[in-house]
Amino acid sequence: MPRYIGKEMSRVDGVAKVTGRAKYAAEFRAPNLAYGFIVLGSVAKGTIKSIDTSEAERAPGVVRVFTHLNTPKLGPKANTEYAPPRNAREQDKSFRALQSDRIYFNAQPVALVVAESYEQARYAARLVKATYDAEKHTTDTEAVRESARSPSQGPPPKPRGNPEEALKTAAVKVEAEYRIAMEHHNPMEPHAAVAAWDGDRLTIFDKSQEVYSVRRHLATTFGVPEANVTVVSPYVGGAFGSSLRPNYYPALTAMAARELKRPVKVVYTRTQMFTGHGHRPYTIQKIALGAERSGKLTSMIHTAVHNTSTFEEFSDNTTGFTRQVYACPNLFAPTLIAPVDLPTPTWMRAPGAVSGMFALECAMDELAYKLNIDPLELRLINYAERDPESGRPFSSKALRECYRLGAEKFGWKERRMEPRSMRDGRLLVGWGTATGVWGAFQSPASAKITYRADGTAHVTSATSDIGPGTYTVMTMIAAEYLGNRPEQVKFELGDTNFPRAPAQGGSQTTSSVGSAVHGAALAVAARLLALANQDESSPLKGAAPADVEMLDGRLRLKRDPSKSVQIPEVMRRNNLAEVTETFESRPSEERRKYATMAHGAQFVEVKVDPDLGRVRVTRAIEVTACGKIINPKASHSQEIGGVVWGIGMALTEATEIDHRFGRIMNPNLQHYHVPVNADVHEIETIFVEEDDTVVNPLGVKGMGELGMVGIPAAIANAVFHATGRRVRELPITPDKLL
Amino acid sequence: MKDDLDETSGAELSADEEALLREMPTLGEVGQARRTFLGQTLAGSMGLFALMLMEKEQALAALAAEPGAVFAAAPALENPVRVALKVNGAAKTLEVDSRTVLLDALRERLEMTGTKKGCDQGQCGACTVLVDGRRVLSCLTLAATLEGREVTTVEGLARGEELHPLQAAFIKYDGFQCGYCTPGQLCSAVGMLEEAKRGDVSHVTEDVTAPFKQLSDDEIRERMSGNICRCGAYPGIVAAIREAHTGRESARTWRFVEEEELARVRKELEADETV
Repeated sequence: MPRYIGKEMSRVDGVAKVTGRAKYAAEFRAPNLAYGFIVLGSVAKGTIKSIDTSEAERAPGVVRVFTHLNTPKLGPKANTEYAPPRNAREQDKSFRALQSDRIYFNAQPVALVVAESYEQARYAARLVKATYDAEKHTTDTEAVRESARSPSQGPPPKPRGNPEEALKTAAVKVEAEYRIAMEHHNPMEPHAAVAAWDGDRLTIFDKSQEVYSVRRHLATTFGVPEANVTVVSPYVGGAFGSSLRPNYYPALTAMAARELKRPVKVVYTRTQMFTGHGHRPYTIQKIALGAERSGKLTSMIHTAVHNTSTFEEFSDNTTGFTRQVYACPNLFAPTLIAPVDLPTPTWMRAPGAVSGMFALECAMDELAYKLNIDPLELRLINYAERDPESGRPFSSKALRECYRLGAEKFGWKERRMEPRSMRDGRLLVGWGTATGVWGAFQSPASAKITYRADGTAHVTSATSDIGPGTYTVMTMIAAEYLGNRPEQVKFELGDTNFPRAPAQGGSQTTSSVGSAVHGAALAVAARLLALANQDESSPLKGAAPADVEMLDGRLRLKRDPSKSVQIPEVMRRNNLAEVTETFESRPSEERRKYATMAHGAQFVEVKVDPDLGRVRVTRAIEVTACGKIINPKASHSQEIGGVVWGIGMALTEATEIDHRFGRIMNPNLQHYHVPVNADVHEIETIFVEEDDTVVNPLGVKGMGELGMVGIPAAIANAVFHATGRRVRELPITPDKLL
Repeated sequence: MKDDLDETSGAELSADEEALLREMPTLGEVGQARRTFLGQTLAGSMGLFALMLMEKEQALAALAAEPGAVFAAAPALENPVRVALKVNGAAKTLEVDSRTVLLDALRERLEMTGTKKGCDQGQCGACTVLVDGRRVLSCLTLAATLEGREVTTVEGLARGEELHPLQAAFIKYDGFQCGYCTPGQLCSAVGMLEEAKRGDVSHVTEDVTAPFKQLSDDEIRERMSGNICRCGAYPGIVAAIREAHTGRESARTWRFVEEEELARVRKELEADETV
């Protein structure tokens, strides 16, 4: 029986966070620090004709004003120590600020004012005057929809079977178009960096989901060996994908620090965040479903179009999961992209999946009504026993159980199919459901453990904790397999001095880094076993590493715990104060034989004010099948977060652009509406654990994204059930219901 | 840039803090649980994490000014205003740029980074602190206006190593994930409970003439809606405040499906294809 895994544990960094001691990027001190303030441009496309910095430079306290005219050229340079990129993402064609007079998007940085104080930098930034040769721009994805094409990365999408033909002959059809507004992550912590050079060595405190990628980016940018760059990011105040790429500010900050030979801090304003990193793209989706009268799907055609930028390709693979959710012999599901004059979009919580599943799961609801089959029933009729795309079996999939348990708990039986048939006083009540799906990903990851004779351990890995509870879960895993107590484990992350870990994205951290910590702990045990067995009289003689475990300072045989050695004694005999092991975990070969995915069923209740069109999500149940749960407390919080994000996407969030100027109209939290406390009510999680020996040694799948995936569709379906109004465009603001 | 700091009191609680702590409700039987809980949580973690961060910072602290470092000709401090105020009970005298807001004075001048900058325009609540016991947005409060005032930040809520009941409850109910909005949520909650005690009504108060008793969950949600939590930890925040306010513990809202239950469901699913 595990001692810690699967038991709820409060966050080990909880005290640091509630006392204000947890330090985020902008909060690190450096001697002689100067403050940078970014100046944004005001046209969407064109060139900078002139930029007048004289007044700003004369302002008190100003150290220097950087523009494209006096900023050194940054970017990929020959660098012998620089490893060639492994994939497209690593090629790093990311936008770098102040490199030319070219304007690619509105609110692009055109200057950086550096001053002795923040107030001085902010004031002087207003004195920078630029003029532009503006060119005709396009920021409306609708306008370029017809020119959308397949991303050049990856193979072009191929149809399965003959979807067109099957659609033609289908007994029942649903054809509809869905739209999702552009959205921004809006983590509470603005992106920030503090950069300091010591000769040609750079230390940078940054808000990052992957310190190693920031290191690579900066090494490339400045033409220095990667080993010269240290990136530190111990706490991240939320990111949700917005810090997966380095963004333009770390290079900008480090550039200023290098030029001025003193540390510089740059913090995005809330407004600068809207063009300082990517966004969830504006997405148009067309779905055609064909089915037999029985409900069996015979054809699925799902096409998504979303924006990318004019200087980079980005696709969130909107339709990716459509291929794997339902058993259907005929399918075509391409995602196309169209360039517009906006910053490059990026991954935003449950990227692609939540957008694609919004359209698919709403269309399934529409089909259910057309067939007069209960929406849950329809999903069971089309249940995929094997991965429909590859034909491989799932390593585990308890989705059917999720549907059933969720329906029981929610009281789905009481639901009347007919829209507008349920009420609570004057409010219309609607119940909706949708399926959640996400991949059970794993990437190579490393962790290092130093185990000391006194039972304490120091564990490191350059992963990140943007909020899911990585500090805590890694502490639990280490304590579980080192057989000590969590208080004896000190886990550190977010530092390029630690072993390499993948980005905290895609819900793969526990699977990847957790497996590395697990492996490192087993390596420590194996090392101790070898040391113990140097003694002829060792009671563990002949035991293999797999036969032993560590517990409370003893190394013992699993099948006969009476056979054990005292670890401190073994170490003393070998003159060792500590044992250090580094372990790299990699996805297993076994995984390739299976489809590895996480699933969930999501149920929501909405109450709609028929006079005001206001929608409240009064109840949400997440039933989740994602392997083994390490820390149910933090996992539940992830599910809650998923529901809250789903509420935002479904009901309130939209980045609005004035296409005449190609400018975002609501780059602030007053007009970009994220859910607040009053918008959130009961949220419950039911964990259906799966015994999955294939996905990774811990049997875990990720859940950070999964919990959000079905929510917008479930809400939209519930709104239809409540009002009879099928809103196919998110967010469902009151005007759409009146 | 020089801060003319004079710290007259340190560990002693200010009258302000004493008052805040007094005003917290009695926790009754929950207090017991809280103490046990604190015992478990505090062991190691407070010192540990602070230490980890100090190590990281030390790398830079030793950094000498590079030859050729560029500085501005003009003095760093413009339109200086002298302010004497109390921060978490300690007297501070500051010379600030007249444009400096309390938030930046705390973070950049006093190196008290517990108070967070989320939007810098009064739209997110992350910078909430207490001034003379009332919650204010420190990003919209000019430091120069605080002469003689008492500021309480998140750093001033705990009594030494003993957490404020709200801090402990936030940990207990996982009322945060990334932790960035948390200081603002905590200060806001302390101020909000005080407002409620004074009888302040809110948008959702049903009978504004009735004497105030206890906040409903809807009242807590409404009154805490000026503090955005992008991680969405609102249910935990409400549960934590509810417990601090009423002493009532909240039931868990998650559960594992037991093996027998799962076996039953699987059997039923085999027999019957419907849900």
